[in-house]
Order: sequence, then structure tokens, then C-alpha cells
Amino acid sequence: MKSAPFEYAAPSTIGDALQILAENDPDEVKLMAGGQSLMPLLNMRLARPELVLDLGRIADLDYIRETDAGVAIGAMTTKRAVEESDLIRQQHPLFWESTVAIGHPQIRNRGTVGGSMAQADPASEYPAAAIALDVEMVVQGASGERIIAAEDFFVTYLTTALEPGEILTEVRIPRLQPGTGWAFDEVARRHGDFAIVGAVATLALEGGVIRDPRLVIFGAADRALRLRAAEEAVAGRPVSDETFDGTAAPIAQAVEDPLSDVHASEEYRRHLAVVLGGRVLRVAASRAGGGE
Amino acid sequence: MTTNREYTLRLKVNGDAYESRIDPRMNLADYLREELGLTATHVGCEHGVCGICNVLVDGRAVRSCLMLAAQAEGREVRTVEGLAEGGKLHPIQEAFIEEHGLQCGFCTGGFMMAVCELLENNASPSEEEIKDVVGGQICRCTGYNAIMRAAHNAAAKMGAGGSSAAE
Repeated sequence: MKSAPFEYAAPSTIGDALQILAENDPDEVKLMAGGQSLMPLLNMRLARPELVLDLGRIADLDYIRETDAGVAIGAMTTKRAVEESDLIRQQHPLFWESTVAIGHPQIRNRGTVGGSMAQADPASEYPAAAIALDVEMVVQGASGERIIAAEDFFVTYLTTALEPGEILTEVRIPRLQPGTGWAFDEVARRHGDFAIVGAVATLALEGGVIRDPRLVIFGAADRALRLRAAEEAVAGRPVSDETFDGTAAPIAQAVEDPLSDVHASEEYRRHLAVVLGGRVLRVAASRAGGGE
Repeated sequence: MTTNREYTLRLKVNGDAYESRIDPRMNLADYLREELGLTATHVGCEHGVCGICNVLVDGRAVRSCLMLAAQAEGREVRTVEGLAEGGKLHPIQEAFIEEHGLQCGFCTGGFMMAVCELLENNASPSEEEIKDVVGGQICRCTGYNAIMRAAHNAAAKMGAGGSSAAE
């Protein structure tokens, strides 16, 4: 349970970090943010990089800034800072709820927003919230900056659209439209464990009819999944049990090949996806349009 | 910025400044135990699950197995050895004794440091807030009720101005 040897670099600017990345074989470098996912991989020698590039001293990547569109969070901002931000709690409650569901306070004290996004664990909360909220990922590389939509960012297990030599530097969260309902829920063995399955929803109500629904499930596939067929099943329909029950079939169909492991069977994960998917849509509807 | 297989670490532990030449792969728990001889920080699972190795870094409870010692560069670390002052136990330590918040004692340091962070930032935490913090550690002896009582007791001692610590 001790890491294999590695070289260590801890630059204090993003420019230096990009240069070190460019000078090394990308397959032999691991970027470290808070280390709450990477350290276990190192300790168990599942990762054996030649070089650990620690981004934790880049002070310029630690901020929570209100913008015209919403909020911009530096990639090295800790989850605890997000949790303690009144701005996030009041104006981005779905992102806040997703944050406090992650691990324990002692983990959130070190774990970062950018680290979780780039880790892209299929059972983690942030990717699902990011897809539901249309978050933009700001990425820097040798050729400059580019922006990747959350839905395009998460590719598969522990894999993102980041190219070798690129670093995620900022996460931009748009403000929810007034009256938007939202909900987050997950099932885990114990509070703080990785979710077996979780779900996130947002929607608007217009004259009692559901508009612009978003439903994202996590823990049930190789990445957080936006369930468009289930969204279509409720869009334009009134808030009723019949409407929400109508999501069961499209959710079960979309979650076609869920993980099956020691924590939960394929059948149980599919069952949870159906139950939680319907539940977050119901809760989101109850909060929409000044309903709460 | 050069890369290296040897790292010169400067940090403070329990108020004392240290400078050490270390292998960058050394984690903070091993550094405290093996380089500084501060063996009150116990090591359980070594992958962040059990919380037994909790220490405070700049006042925040963290898993010392999930942090490279090099990441503590320039920081202030506090361990169980830093709780008691002048031969007098910290109120958290007294509370764990009074409430039997331990049996075998292996995990106790991790619980005390997590509770320490909470109580130094929140004089009167709710039951839920304590549970959130205590739930981050694993104890296989007590069943947690005694630990919850110890945390409440410690909050009462510290909130009543009964802190025996210098702060």
C-alpha cells in the first residue's frame, strides 16, 4: 500500500504546468489536484506514473467568481469551499446539493471541483450535475483555451475529452432560469460512499405543463447519462402521476447495460434508475414555478 | 520548476518548524510517523476510507494517507500530539475518556482530529452536523453512540469556555 516511486513537480503557474506537461510523455504523467482519487490509485499501485504533476499550488485556479451568466469556479477550488459559499448555496442549489453528497467533510477539504470533473468516475455526482446544468469546461493547452460542453466532456469510464497536454482550468455554471425546479437524489450503502445510482433533474412549468425537462442518471453506465427519451416522455405533459410513471419504460430502456458488481446487481441498478429518475422529476416539479 | 526524486519539505507540525529531505512519494501519515516519530497518527486502510489517519492541515481535517507530505509544503499540520498542552488533556480528549468514546483506541485519534476541526469552527454544532463529521470515520468497536456522546460533551466543555487548550 505504498506508491511506486515517481518524480514530483509542483508548479505555481498554469504556464509552468503546461510546459512541464509538454516536455514529458503524456502517458507517464498524472495530474494531481486534491489527490482524493489519485492517491488511492497510487497507494494501490493501480497508477504508476513517472511524474506526478501537482496542480495544487496554482493559486490562480482557486476561486469562486460570480459572472453575468452564473458562476465560474477555478479547477483547484475545494469542494469544501463550494459547500461554504453562500453564492453557490443560494444561487446554484443543485450544484451545492451535489457537492455535499460527495464523500465526507475530510475528503471535501482536499478534493477539488476540477479534480472530480477530470476524474470522470461514472458513479460521481459532479458529472451528472454538470450535464444537467449545461456546465462549460474551460480547458487550457499548448495551443490556447477551448471550451467543452459538459455533455461532450465525459466520454466513458475515467475518460474525458481532455487531450494529452491539456488541463481543465475552470468550470462555468449558468444560473438557473427563474422558476426552474431542480432535484438531486442518490442511493448509497452509507452516507458518503460512492452512489450505487443517483439522479439529477431540472424542469420548468408553464401553465401546469412541464417544459425543458432534464434528467441525468449516474452510477448506472460508463458515464453520467442524459436520458432524452425519458425527458420527451414528460415534456409538454401536465404534472401528474401518470406523466411521471411514463418515464419508467424509457429509463429502463436507456440504462441498457448497467454495471454489475459487488455493490449492486444490474437489475438493482436499473430498478434504482427508474425509481430515482421518476422521483427527481417529481421533486423538481414540486419546486418549479415558485412551488416551493 | 524542475522535477525531482528528492524533495525538500518545509512545514510546521504542532507549532514546530521542520525541514526534511524526503522521497516525493512519501505520504503525510508516513512522514509524521517515520520521519518525525509522531506515532499517534495511526494508519488504517491507506486509501482514504477509514479516516483513522486524520490530521489537521491549516485547521482542516484531512486524510494524511491521501496527501503527499510534499503537498503540506508551507502548511501548519496538527496531530493528536498537538492536542494536549502543558501536560493537560484537551477537552476533546477528556470527553472521549468520560464518555468511553473508545474501546481498542486504534481509530480514536482520527475521530478526535475530525471533531477538533468541527468544534473549533462551530461552537454549538447540531446532531446532524456532528454525524456528518463522525460519519467520515470507521470505528469497529464502539457502535458510534459513545463517540457521538463524546463529541457533544466536548462541544459543551469547549463552548462553556472550559477549554484547557491555549486557544
